[in-house]
Amino acid sequence: MPYWLVYEMINPQPQHLWLMIVALAATAYLFKMFGLIVLGSRQLPKVFDRCLGLIPAALLAALVAKDTFSIGQTLVIDARVAGFVVAVIAAWRRAPLIVVVVLAAGATAFVRAI
Amino acid sequence: MKRFFAPLTDPIVRRVVVASLTLGGAVGVFGLSFGVASVSAGASVWQTCALSFFVFTGASQFSAMSVVGAGGSLVAAFGGGALLAARNFVYGLALSSSAKSMAGSLPRRIFAAHFVIDETTALALAQESPRLRKIAFWTTGIGLFTFWNLGTLIGALAGNAIDPQKFGLDIAFPAAFIVMLLPHLRTKLSRQAAALGGVLCLISISFFPIGIPILIAACAVLVGLRND
Repeated sequence: MPYWLVYEMINPQPQHLWLMIVALAATAYLFKMFGLIVLGSRQLPKVFDRCLGLIPAALLAALVAKDTFSIGQTLVIDARVAGFVVAVIAAWRRAPLIVVVVLAAGATAFVRAI
Repeated sequence: MKRFFAPLTDPIVRRVVVASLTLGGAVGVFGLSFGVASVSAGASVWQTCALSFFVFTGASQFSAMSVVGAGGSLVAAFGGGALLAARNFVYGLALSSSAKSMAGSLPRRIFAAHFVIDETTALALAQESPRLRKIAFWTTGIGLFTFWNLGTLIGALAGNAIDPQKFGLDIAFPAAFIVMLLPHLRTKLSRQAAALGGVLCLISISFFPIGIPILIAACAVLVGLRND
């Protein structure tokens, strides 16, 4: 692994955010392009397809867990849990995103205030 | 211009276009929340807009900025975002058999690839004829791209002007993730992957640098190795 990459992992530099944006843009485009143009209609093994299809479920659930129950590397239970519960109920009731966010933010702010 | 709008007299075409644009409006609101969240996570207005313009795949953008906002390394932020972008590869494969009829020449297909995301794939594949597929792909693609970027810009400018913490906006990321997660929980296998992903993340949070637990959670997709 190149030195700067190791350094970046230990000691993140916010001014390098542009680098991350460029890398992510290139990667996202290449994924789209490879499927549409390069591989064409070649068939991939079913297992591979199934695992790739599960990425959003696994990662989005992990992101929800991280953003609700942690600050940095510490697990915490705070006012965000109220927002989480409200967001789950609202999203499950098929409320539009903006309603989900406003209700969740309101619940979090309310619990913080009391 | 007349020739451009002529297909709209066909009721079936109109239905496809209306569906695409309705979706576009909803996506605009999503872009708005991305703009606010991204700026509150530490990106500048320009960086936020560049993400929406060049990355143009929502979950990846949200994921990357959520890790950055929590103080994680950019490598970890990139890793999570890239993994979430990988599903566009599957969408590309699904659309590839109609790529020529939708986009035509190679340069056009190279341009079209940027618009291969959840919504364009879903709407294009729902159409029966190649002609409707083409209309659905391009109206959804261009419509979404416009609304997504406009929403991001407005959200980023608004987020820059207010104190996100004060309005409880730290909940904007998880709330958006919950909304994005729900459609992915339709099968038993995906619910298992989600549960395992969440648990893996929580277990590893204390032991690994910020952002890495998200990558560890990706191992949950291995439940797909089982056949059911």
